[in-house]
Parts: sequence; C-alpha cells; structure tokens
Amino acid sequence: MAPKNTVPGTIPAPADADGVGLAPASSASGPAAEALRPAAGGGGTHTAPGTGTPDDAGSPAPRGRARKAPDAQAIRRRTPRGKAESRLAYYLVTPAGLMELLIHIIPMALGIWIAFTALNQLNLTNWLNAPFVGLQNFVNGLNPESTIGQSFFSALGRTAVYTVIVVGGSWILGMAGAVFLSSKVRGRTFLRTLFLVPYALPTYVGTIAWAFMFNQRDGAVNQLLVDVFGLFGGERPFWLLGENSLTAMIVVNIWTLWPFAFLMLLAALQNVPGDVYEAASLDGASLWSQFMHITLPMVRPANGVLVLVMGLWTFNQFNIPFVLFGPSSPAEAMLVTPLIYQNSFGSWNFGLGGAMSVLLLLAMLVATAFYVRLVLPKGAQHD
Amino acid sequence: MKHTFRLGAAAAAASVLVLGLAACGSSGGGGDAGSQEITYWATNQGQSLDHDREVLSESLERFTEETGIKVNLEVIPWTDMYNRILTAVTSGDGPDVLNIGNTWAVTLQETGAFEPVEGEFLEAIGGQDRFMSAAWATAGAEGKAPTSVPLYSQAYSLYYNTELFEEAGIDAPPATWDEFVETAKKLTKDTDGDGKIDQWGISTEAGAVTNGAHHSFIRGKQHGGAMFDADGQPTFNTDAQIDGVAEWVDLMGTHKVMSPSDAEMTNGADAVANLIDGRAAMVFNQNPVKNFTARDFEDWGVAPMPLVDGNATGDRAVMSFAAGSNVSVFKNSDSKDAAYQLVAHLTDTEEQVYLNDAYTSLPTVADAYDAEEFQNESAKLKEKTLADHAQPMPLVAQEGQMETLVGTAVKNLFAQAATGTVTRADVERALTDAQNQMTAAQ
Repeated sequence: MAPKNTVPGTIPAPADADGVGLAPASSASGPAAEALRPAAGGGGTHTAPGTGTPDDAGSPAPRGRARKAPDAQAIRRRTPRGKAESRLAYYLVTPAGLMELLIHIIPMALGIWIAFTALNQLNLTNWLNAPFVGLQNFVNGLNPESTIGQSFFSALGRTAVYTVIVVGGSWILGMAGAVFLSSKVRGRTFLRTLFLVPYALPTYVGTIAWAFMFNQRDGAVNQLLVDVFGLFGGERPFWLLGENSLTAMIVVNIWTLWPFAFLMLLAALQNVPGDVYEAASLDGASLWSQFMHITLPMVRPANGVLVLVMGLWTFNQFNIPFVLFGPSSPAEAMLVTPLIYQNSFGSWNFGLGGAMSVLLLLAMLVATAFYVRLVLPKGAQHD
Repeated sequence: MKHTFRLGAAAAAASVLVLGLAACGSSGGGGDAGSQEITYWATNQGQSLDHDREVLSESLERFTEETGIKVNLEVIPWTDMYNRILTAVTSGDGPDVLNIGNTWAVTLQETGAFEPVEGEFLEAIGGQDRFMSAAWATAGAEGKAPTSVPLYSQAYSLYYNTELFEEAGIDAPPATWDEFVETAKKLTKDTDGDGKIDQWGISTEAGAVTNGAHHSFIRGKQHGGAMFDADGQPTFNTDAQIDGVAEWVDLMGTHKVMSPSDAEMTNGADAVANLIDGRAAMVFNQNPVKNFTARDFEDWGVAPMPLVDGNATGDRAVMSFAAGSNVSVFKNSDSKDAAYQLVAHLTDTEEQVYLNDAYTSLPTVADAYDAEEFQNESAKLKEKTLADHAQPMPLVAQEGQMETLVGTAVKNLFAQAATGTVTRADVERALTDAQNQMTAAQ
C-alpha cells in the first residue's frame, strides 16, 4: 500500500549500496568517497531501506542519486564481505521476487496475451487454447468510430479529469489538515484520529453508507439539502443517476482518499525544523509566504510520491463506482476500470477487456515515466 | 514450455480466485463412499437468504437421512450469482451442484463446464417426460443434451392493490396496454394535498439490469419483435423492439405514472413494498406473494399481464418468458453420483411440492401440480401463463450478453427519464449502441 521508503537506516551503508546495486553495475569512475555519499542517501523505493539522515525519512528514491550508486557498488564488490552480503541480499529478496512473479508479473503477462485472443464463454474452460486473433480486439474495440471505441476514449478522458479533481481535492484537504494539526492546537490528538476515520473504514463500508445517503427519495443528502435548506426549489435531485453521479463519486472518493494525503503530509511536515519558521517570522515573513517558501519546498519530495500514488489509485478506481452504482455505472460517470469490467464480465468479451487493459497499462506507464522523470528528480535537489 | 504453462495456469487461477472475492466453497475433496460430502450453491428464492437456508436445510436433512450424503449449502444472492458461476467456470473449482437462472442455461451450456443431462444423469432424475415441457425447454439449446434441470418455475403477472383500485372506482384490472396506461393514470395522484404525487400507478425496479432485459423481451414480442433473428444475429434495434422499449420507458417519461425514484431501485422487493405501503397501485412481478404473506398483506389481486392487442395470439400474446431456476451438476465434481442423487431429490414430486410451496413458485414436474398447494388463484394464473403465454428467453449462446447490454440500455433510459425526457430517437440510439457492442463481441 503505502510506499515503504520511510524506514530509517539500521543497516550499514555498504549493504545499502549493494541493495541499490541490484541494477546492472556500470564501470567504476570517480573517487569512491564521492560516489559513496549520494548512494548512502539513496534509500530506494523498491530496493533497500534508506540509511540517510533523518531528513531523508519520507523522501522518495531520488533517481539522480540512484544512478550514481553502481559506482559505489562496483567498489564494494571487490571486497569479499561485499560479495557475501550481495549474495545474502539476493537470498533475502528471492521469496518476495517469486511472489511478485506469481501474483503480479505472470497474471499481467497472461492479461496481455488474452488481449490478443478471442476469449469468451465458448472457450473459457479451456482458456489456454482460446483462438489467437492478433490485433483484432484492438482494431474492433478501440476504433474511435465504433460504439465501444467511443465509450473507451471518452471514459479515458473522463478518468483523467476525475483523477485530477480527486487528487487535487484530497491534496488540498490533506495539506490544510496537516498544516492545521502540526501547530499546537487543542485536541489535536482527537482531531488526528477523527480525520483518519475514513481511511480506517473499509472502502466498501464507507461507500455503501454514501450510497444510502445519496438515495434520491430517502437519502440524508437530499433531506439536508432539500428539506432543511430548501435548495433545488423543493425538487429532489438524483445523485446516483445522470449528470450528478460524477460529482457524487468525486465526493466519495475525496472523502476516502484525503486522510491518506493528510497522514503523509503530516509526517513530512514534522520533519521541517521549527527554527526555520522562527527565523522566517523574525525576518517578517507572513504565514502565507512561510507556507509557500518553507513548507512547500520542504515537503516536496514526499509530495512527489504522494501525488503519484494517489493518482495511480484514483485512475484505477473500481470499488467506489462498483459499490455506488452497481455493475454498470451511469454513462456520465463511466471510468475506465468499470468499463473494462463491464466488457469482460458483463459481455463475456475477455479479449476486448484485455485489449482495453493493455492500453490502460500503456497509458499509465507513459504517464508514470514522464512524472518520475519530470517531478521526482527535482525533489531530490531540495533534500 | 509445458511447465511454464501450468505454472501460468495456476497463477491465473489463483488470481481469478482472489479477484472473485475468494471464499468460494471448494468441492468436497473426500472420495470416501461412507461419508460423502458435496457442495450446493442455491440461488435466493425466498424473502431472505436466511429464509432460503431454513427452507433448504429442511429438505437437505431429508436427503442426508435417505442417502447418507452430507450437503454443504451456500445461498447466493442473485446479484452475485453470475459472477460466482463465471469464476467457478474459469477456475474449474466450483460446487458439485448449483442453481442457475434458467435464462443463462444456453450461455453456460456453451462453456462446457456442466454435466450434460443424459444417460445415467437423466435416468437418476426419472427421465424428461416427468417435467413440464415449457420448463424443460429452458434447460439448454435445442438439439443438444441440456446441461441443467428445471427446478422452480416462474412467470410474470400483474399484481395490484385492491384497496387503491376500489378508492379510484376501478372494478377490473386492465387487459390491454392502453387500458393499463389509463388505469395507471387514474391511480397516480397526490393523496395528502401537498402538491406532490405520492401514489403512483405502477412501480418497478427500473435500476435493475435484468428487469430491463425481461420487459424489453416481453414488450418487444407483443409488438412482433425479437432479440435475435433466425440466424442468431442480434436484432435489438428493430422498430418493434424500439416500440416495445419506448412503451415501457414512457411509463415514467411520458405518462408519468411511475415514480422517477424507481430509476434508482434495483431490488424487486422494493417495488412490492411500494404496493403494500400504498405508494404504488400495480407491479409486474414474478413472485410477490411470499412478500405479501411476510407482511400479512391481503388487499391484493392478480391478473394476466396486459397485451398491446387484447385479441392477439402466438408471439404477440407473450406475457412472460418461461422464468425460473434450474439446477446443474459441475463437470469437475468429484462426487457425480452423489450430485445426481441430490438433483433427483430436489426434483422429486414431494420435494417439488414442498420447495415450490415454500417459495410460492411453481413446480417443474407435472405430478406436483395436483397438490392442493397450487390450487390458488395466483398459482393457477401463473400455470396458465406458462402454458399459453410464455416463451423461453432466446436460446442462444449470447443470451447472457444480451441481458447485460439491453438491460443496461433500458436502465440508462430510465435514468434519463428520471432526470429529463426520453424521445423515441433516444431509445433507438441506446438500443443501437447495445446492438453494436453485441456485434463487436462476436
């Protein structure tokens, strides 16, 4: 779930360097001492636990540093102790690697392969032998002129907008909550717990409760808005049908997601030393400019990962629309993942569902790659 | 190569299982003849899953006494059943015996995951001649050994609140569609004078996909349409089908005799509750009597479904599809003999009387009809509807997809009617979209 990059280092630096060095080693160049320093700070997202200074806790793996790591590793390799430790690292990572292969990689590869077959109820029991149809699924289903293609591309666009709104909204709320609670307000332990309730609740429980509240005839939302505040001219609007359904889903998703942003940002804020603010306020900086020029830059590395993770989760959102609207979402609120579900399981057209999944995967890979290159390295400089 | 495939298959099966909400009862492993154990997935037929468990446990106890075979029962709600079956079929890991909605019979038959009802199996249940022919017709595609055995029969009828009818001075239920719309208009009113309508002519679970598919089929038939042509090609958007669906959606959009709130309703029991509470005067339903009984509600009447043309015969006089649930044996079952015996037990005449009486459905075996339990008005009407005015849903492999696509289209049209207006062109576009998706899937 949450990125495991916040473990303060307990393993000595060389082990860490080896861990990073699981990537192919490049030829050693540059003085060892210089190469070592950045590698030590490069507690990677997926490699070894971070070893850096406390400042590094909560920071993502800065790409720029990881790239230099092989230098250090190449040097370490020369000592026998380094070799043994590197072997140990491989042993340690093997079980996780096997499970990763079994749970993620193989099913993903199968999913890609299914996208090139005509898998339906006729060959489902013998699905390894489903007829191979090449690019037919992509051509048939993703032709922007066809009904299915249109629904796919409009769902893709809608999901992008949806992601921006949900992640943006959650971030703003989370940041506001974190800034508020990192000052010494009264009852902050209570508020902190309260704010985390939506995150502690299983998504299904929370969403089912929202579905009841959004019910047009008897729901709490309409009772409040229409009966108490007298909005909408006494006409009860629908929240789970038609145009409002997207709004309703955004509300529910922000409600479930913002505590995560709050938690991460609160952790990041607690690593900003208080004397920086003191110095700034002595110099006459306003609260707003303190926020803009101290808080934001200081939490930037944490932010980079936070936004990425929230973006990926939201783009792939399935639980909330499924519980809110049932197996088929309203056209106005159709996101990509529910659409893929509907094509695969509703229409038993697994080939087409697979093709859509592959395109979704590609889109996400490209977006993530751009994001990682553009956003994350910059974060490293502020470390 | 082979190894990788097997590993891959295992991994995929595992992931499918995990995705499929896990918790699937795996088929009883024990092959001991002495203490055999089998798993039975039952659909929800009673007022609640608990009610089903009670009814079925009693019957299964008798089975265990007779045969010594233990049955692990799981009752599954309709909304989950299709996915559960799909997961079981894909992974090959399912129950020994399971219920299916009879409209899925052909689609599931095509997967080859169920045991054909022939030879030993057919003998065990006493041959097909014991069964009502309308029910047996839903067991599988024509010209092939069926892969399911009819268990419970159902048919749509018009149920109405007699008190509200009296109040409005209506003495007979409507027989034609025009009369029905007129009657519904008379019954739609504001009873407490607050300017808002609080009693509606008809209520239905317009947000349920299956409901949309069923009424598209019935209304389309009455206009001379069909979901598929003779070659099995989809014909969702012919004029007759558009007329049928438009007529159905117009109840909310144009005639305003159905509450817009119904567009959010996904559960048939809620429509029946509206009828009991006097919020609606009529419902089209397969089996509301169990709900009436549970609420001690007696002011109800039952009538045949209205017809577009009151004098029609044949296809245009279709009032219902031959509805109901069937029972199948999973091909991967380790205990097929025990599974056959369970199916034989469930379709035994006495058990048929017990089960169908408890669920207020109709038996599928002819002998059971003589029982006094089925001599009441509602059961008699259903029997007549099934015999003279019902057809099976299309017996083609794509029936499952059709239900999803057309049903979703109708659901969305109701959503549109609830928040705005629906024109005939909207109906045509929605059905054409469904048709295009169907063709792309083939």
